[in-house]
Amino acid sequence: MTSATGAEGAPHPYVPATEADTRIMLDRLGLTSTAQLFDALPADHRDPSIELPPALAEAEVLRLMRSRAAMNADALTRPSFLGAGAYRRAIPSIVPYLISRSEFMTAYTPYQPEISQGTLQSAFEYQSVVCELTGMDVSNTGLYDVASATAEACLLAVRSTGRRAVALLEPMHPGTIDVVRTYAYGAGVSVDVVRGVDELDAVHACVVVQQPDFLGTIHDVEAVANAAHAVGALCVVAADPFALGLLRSPGDAGADVVTGEGRDLAFGTQFGGPSVGLFAAREAHLRQMPGRIVGQTRELHGPREADGSEGAPRTGYVLTLQAREQFIRRERATSNVSTGQSLVALAFTIAVQAYGPHGMREAATLCYQRAHEAAARIGALPGYDIAERGPWFQEFLVRGPLPAREILAALEVRGIAGGLDVSGRDEEAAQDAFLCCVTDTTPPEHVDALVEALAEIGAGR
Amino acid sequence: MSAREQDFGARLAFDRGAPGRRGVDVPRFEGVPHALPDASLLRTSLRLPELSQPELVRYYTALSDRNYGVDSGTYPLGSCTMKYNPKLNEAVAALSGFAEAHPLSSPLDVQGTLETLFELQAALAQITGMAGVGLAPAAGAHGELAGILMIKRALEDRGELERRRRVLVPDSAHGTNPATAAMAGFTVTQIPSAPDGSMDHEVLERELDDTVAALMVTEPNTLGLWERDIDEVAAKVHAAGAYVYGDGANLNAILGQVRFGDLGFDVVHLNLHKSFSTPHGGGGPGAGPVCCSAELLPYLPAPVVVNGGEVYLLERPERSIGQMQQFHGNVGVLLRAYTYIRSLGLEGLREISTNAALNANYLWALVRDAYDLPYGGPVLHEVVFSGARQRREHDVRTYDIAKRLIDYGFHPPTVYFPLIVDEALMIEPTESESRESVEALAAALVAIAEEAARGDEALHDAPVTAPIGRLDETAAARRPILRWAPREA
Repeated sequence: MTSATGAEGAPHPYVPATEADTRIMLDRLGLTSTAQLFDALPADHRDPSIELPPALAEAEVLRLMRSRAAMNADALTRPSFLGAGAYRRAIPSIVPYLISRSEFMTAYTPYQPEISQGTLQSAFEYQSVVCELTGMDVSNTGLYDVASATAEACLLAVRSTGRRAVALLEPMHPGTIDVVRTYAYGAGVSVDVVRGVDELDAVHACVVVQQPDFLGTIHDVEAVANAAHAVGALCVVAADPFALGLLRSPGDAGADVVTGEGRDLAFGTQFGGPSVGLFAAREAHLRQMPGRIVGQTRELHGPREADGSEGAPRTGYVLTLQAREQFIRRERATSNVSTGQSLVALAFTIAVQAYGPHGMREAATLCYQRAHEAAARIGALPGYDIAERGPWFQEFLVRGPLPAREILAALEVRGIAGGLDVSGRDEEAAQDAFLCCVTDTTPPEHVDALVEALAEIGAGR
Repeated sequence: MSAREQDFGARLAFDRGAPGRRGVDVPRFEGVPHALPDASLLRTSLRLPELSQPELVRYYTALSDRNYGVDSGTYPLGSCTMKYNPKLNEAVAALSGFAEAHPLSSPLDVQGTLETLFELQAALAQITGMAGVGLAPAAGAHGELAGILMIKRALEDRGELERRRRVLVPDSAHGTNPATAAMAGFTVTQIPSAPDGSMDHEVLERELDDTVAALMVTEPNTLGLWERDIDEVAAKVHAAGAYVYGDGANLNAILGQVRFGDLGFDVVHLNLHKSFSTPHGGGGPGAGPVCCSAELLPYLPAPVVVNGGEVYLLERPERSIGQMQQFHGNVGVLLRAYTYIRSLGLEGLREISTNAALNANYLWALVRDAYDLPYGGPVLHEVVFSGARQRREHDVRTYDIAKRLIDYGFHPPTVYFPLIVDEALMIEPTESESRESVEALAAALVAIAEEAARGDEALHDAPVTAPIGRLDETAAARRPILRWAPREA
């Protein structure tokens, strides 16, 4: 596979310019060689030695990458009960189809609204969908992922309250905590990881609660919001938008800012990204929001009619409230965000709209039921129990007759990814346990295989 | 082209369809249902569109008809490198072994992904001449934040963070540079540009003292020009105890020609959706890897991929600034960029930068008499004209010129940026445009200049061929309508 690609002297397929074209263009420039195009570059450092593998032709690259993909375990046939922030969902077939339309995929940020209405109106749909799911007043067009969106929510709370600390309520995804710390290090904000709302006080700009939390439990967001507001802090909820098909909206429960992860319903797990970080807030925080926002407006002049008169101005969409943003406000911007995750946001929007109000509830309910059925079967096995932490959605804590690590290793030998070892965490319910996830898409035969394997492991076989 | 509606934008998906319709069905639960949580934890209503599958597909197809992408035609958006997005990249990223991988999988289950990411790190290190690469940042600005935080932590470890609070940024920089410095807790000192388009070295040297943390510089800069004597500048910055941050947004112009590491840069971010052909997606997802010198390796964002002998592993660098995302970065985008690099090899990458520069200069040569050019030529990847003459002499703004280009079938260039150019038209054709399409774009720009000189009204009415006319942006900001609401009965 070391063939240089193509015939001698022919341009790469991604480059139109032939030798004849190059000569014509160089002539026009009064140059004799393309090397002269780079005369401004420091001569001492020109044409460095760079070690890259040789070019491969298209068919060769595809063969190579197929073999790489085949080195990964086949996630579609292999039973997996990993969740912990990335969940396999049923992505409607129209989603990958529609987002592959090149007018969506190969456009950029809609700076020219007249020829970007597809992106802009879709983004307005996205903002509307996110507001409905979260119960918030306003949404941006999406940030990178739930963790970075949550970090931005913390910075919004700091700006809004003037306080310099934020509280993160455990159990929270360790990746979210990590990213909040990264951003907080930049901003000089302190991060308190708290175990209960009784630890909140008047130094905190906000408390962040994950819904459902990292160990799967559904929170009473209203109680958290009340506790936050009692000390003058904002309540930020990092929610799973899929679960919100069933669960009370955080806005209804008193949240001030809601973030979420849209990847799984849009693009699939993708080894963790690209994602889209939902970010929605109450209207009072609109001018402090990070990221791009799309607004509805009308034409300045209506279209010219056949008789020469001016028709009624039509409805259109534009990027708006841009005085918050880096390209205008520079070092005083609310965030440095420029390129976001538009195509993932589009996919998320189409997926949610395909499900519709009934489908979202049905899918979330199916997920809940399948998870609870699996948990009941595992809890009924001799030597196993499910740690009770209150109502939960799709993830549960399994304790068995052996240390969690050993059970997971024994499952691994049987070709099953049994879940995430959380036995080292502080929460009492997590002691000796692993976090097992069953969703609406987990094949029933995979659950059968898990239950059977756990029974064998429990019986010492 | 889909059926025309009088006012298509007035009817959202929310206003279409009918109660009871749905776009996808959900399997039935066959078991005995478990009790749901207490009603106080559940939703009572959810307002979402109810459309059948064909209606939804037609709606979004009609929306796509109202968009313009690189596949539609020339998209010379300066500083955005709107090059062709190879379809092979899409086929690779969609392979289910990659696409379905769970981010918390055992490393043994994702060796194909990890090996690819490891090799991408190595390739980007070679291309930039830097010691190490972190792939976690999701976009250019995210990479900037990672890079500046790495500098912050390095200064902290040197015990100099208290004193070094300033970041120097040329006035030609992208807005993300000062915004990033501020997000990282630094103050920004702006360095003016000299008449030749490079930053003013005298001012820079005056500002360089022991309160400076870093110089953030875009190379080549946003004028499409090489920042003069950058290796000497870097040496001076280092002598002052500060770091050199490189904004690699314009790497496309110098792929394989020179390397940041050889010039003295300490940390640089790349935009894979620009230089490495991954689709821009209407505004992301991109990827913004951060590449650094040996000194800064311990600070790279987590995770990085390491070769553990038998297997590739994810690892957190010793003094890492932390994670940038909940998981490992925009892996689907990274796979596409790797595919691109394997498709081109070093000779191919040099062919890319050569033709990017050739096209930009050819455009410059064809258009230069029609518009002002405040910062000369020849250029590298892009050329920044000024519409100042058209404004002064013919009351035609760059805004009008941009809108008129739409009627000629082109996406307009970046306008009113960089800020140091009055009525800026920032044009980056990229290597993807054929000689004929560069000539066609040049002809349109020249024709529009002639229309301006003639006082042609078309310039103020443009665009007339787009799906919609000029929009009232003032009203949009004054009375924001930011989401669907049910129509009043």
